[in-house]
Order: sequence, then structure tokens, then C-alpha cells
Amino acid sequence: MNYLWGGMIIIAVIYGALTGNLDAVTDQALSSAKEAVSLCITMAGAMAFWVGIMRIAEKAGMVNRAASALAPLLGFLFPTVPKDSFARRYIATNMVANFLGLGWAATPAGLSAMKELKRLEETEGRATSAMCDFLIINISSLQLIPVNIIAYRSQYGSVSPAAIVGPAILATTVSTLAAVVFIKIRQGCARWFLKE
Amino acid sequence: MKFITYLSSAIIPLLVLFIVGTAIARRQRVYEDFLDGAKNGIRTAAEILPTLVGLMVAVGMLRASGFLDFVSGLLGKLLSATGFPTELLPIAVVKMFSSSAATGLLLDLFKEHGTDSALGQAASIMLSSTETIFYTMSLYFMSVKVKKTRYTLAGALTATVAGIIASVFLSGIW
Repeated sequence: MNYLWGGMIIIAVIYGALTGNLDAVTDQALSSAKEAVSLCITMAGAMAFWVGIMRIAEKAGMVNRAASALAPLLGFLFPTVPKDSFARRYIATNMVANFLGLGWAATPAGLSAMKELKRLEETEGRATSAMCDFLIINISSLQLIPVNIIAYRSQYGSVSPAAIVGPAILATTVSTLAAVVFIKIRQGCARWFLKE
Repeated sequence: MKFITYLSSAIIPLLVLFIVGTAIARRQRVYEDFLDGAKNGIRTAAEILPTLVGLMVAVGMLRASGFLDFVSGLLGKLLSATGFPTELLPIAVVKMFSSSAATGLLLDLFKEHGTDSALGQAASIMLSSTETIFYTMSLYFMSVKVKKTRYTLAGALTATVAGIIASVFLSGIW
């Protein structure tokens, strides 16, 4: 992470200097910082609202029920994460929210899931296998309806903005299947090495 | 079509109605529970602010320096032999870093080639089926202070490339 971030900054400055874009780089650094703060304020509102609603759902036992509906799937994908752990519950919430396209609801649950995964296994700065598997599945982004893309399409004069829903579901399924195959092969290799 | 758009816009209010309604029927102290959760939400948001600033500044600088265009131009030359439409490459690459920047490029493409063109369709499907890999990884891993990310990037790239290939294929360009 340190190298990735440091590398991005260094490359940006050097490349900007070489191409004469240094002024633009400076402007962009400041305006991006400002944008980050305003994004965070918007997110704080959305997160307060959503985590509040989720707390009500949690107390009513709904999150538990959603998580147990997903239990067979989660058991298959993350065999090392204990059944009744908070980590599983947050992973389930994150997956449901992602599936429904509620990005702002998925992020708090996902971050909470990472915290719980960290509690399960001491890491010392190294990602646990469960964290890697969870993030790969998360990034493969299984989404039912791409609401914002449909909105952009209708704004830009598409005859049928939602025509992409079907293909989009297929494409997102393909990418998620690729992710599942990847982590399953990884887990298979890990078991094989343990046996040796 | 109308039904789907309606469903998408109704899904959040309906979910909220369902959750609050169920809780009230169970005689729960809904407002106190809400405040309790909201406090946590604010805390999480405040905790990720430094991460957000760091990331968005780095991505913004990289974009402004012209480096992202350079990389996608380079990849375009490599990929032109496979028949992959080069117009889609900048979007595919930028989407890995920033969703809003990719959206900007998508709207450019809509204006230039038409929303319902094969390219417009492919780009729409692509953005619907892929995630901002680097942004998500940084945010999630930094929140738990993980530095060694192991095979996460390899797995995420596998999934994303599969999604991109599927998008181009489904839009009928190949």
C-alpha cells in the first residue's frame, strides 16, 4: 500500500513535469482534497442514516435472518469464517446491499466486516486469506440493477435506457463467477499445501 | 422498462418502510436504535476521511499529469491486435481507480458515439459490471491497517477482466 500510494504520487509529479502539466497536477491535488472532504460529508450523512436504519433492522432480528438465508453460500465461499460470527453477518449485509445497488449502504457493512475479520485472526499488517477472498468477491460486484448508469443513459437520449439491464446482469455474473473460481482454486491449493 | 425504473427508485424507501414498520410492530424503541446506529455511522465516516483525501489526491494528480491517458494509450497499442475497441480502454482503465472519472469518460463517449451505439452499450455494461479495484482495496485495507494485500489484486483483476470481456462480447462488437 505504501509503495502503491507513494508510487502514484511520484509518477504523477515526474510525469507531470515531463509533459508540462505541473500546474494542472497542483490544481488537481488541491481540488481533489476538497472533493474528498465534501464527499465525506455527504457520505457521513448517508452513513449515519443507513447505519441507523440497519441498527433497527439488526435489533429486530432481520439482519440475522438475511445472513442465515445466505448461510449456505457464505459457508461455501468463506469456509474459515465461523458460522455465527459478526463477520459473517456483515459480509451478508454487504453482499445484499451490493446486489441491490445500495453502494452507500454496502460500504459501512463492508468496512465493519473487515474489522471483524481482523478480530478473528491477528494479522500484523498482513491480509488474512478470508479478507482477500471477501474483497475479491466484493470487487467482482454482483449487481442486480445498475441504477445510475440507466439514469445517465436516459439523460443522454437513449431510446431504451434500461436495455442494458439484461446484458449487465450476465456480465456481472461472469465476473463474479470468475472471482469464485479464483478463490476456490486458491483455497484448494492452500489445502493441498497443508496436506503435503 | 417503466416498471424496472420504478422498482429501482422505490427499492430504498420500501426497504426503509419494511424495516421501520416491522420494528414498530415488535414494539421496539426505533428512534433510540436509530440514533445509536447513526452515531456509529458518523464515526466510521470520520475515520475514513484521511484515507479518502490521500486516495483522491493521488488519483487526481495522476489523472492531471496525463499518465492515465498514457497508460491506456500504451495498452491500446498492445490490444489493437486482438480487435478490442480502443475507445473503451481509457474507461476500463480509469474505472479501476475512480468511478466518477469513469462516469465522466462514459458521458463523453455517449456524446461522441451515441448512447445506443454498440460502443455506448458496451461501455454502459462494462461500468455496470466492474468495480473501482484500487479505490476499494485501499479503502478496505487501510481501514484495518493492512499493508500486505497478498493475492487480492490478482483475484480482483481476474474478475474485472472477465467482466470487461463479457461486456464487449455481449454488446456484439466481437
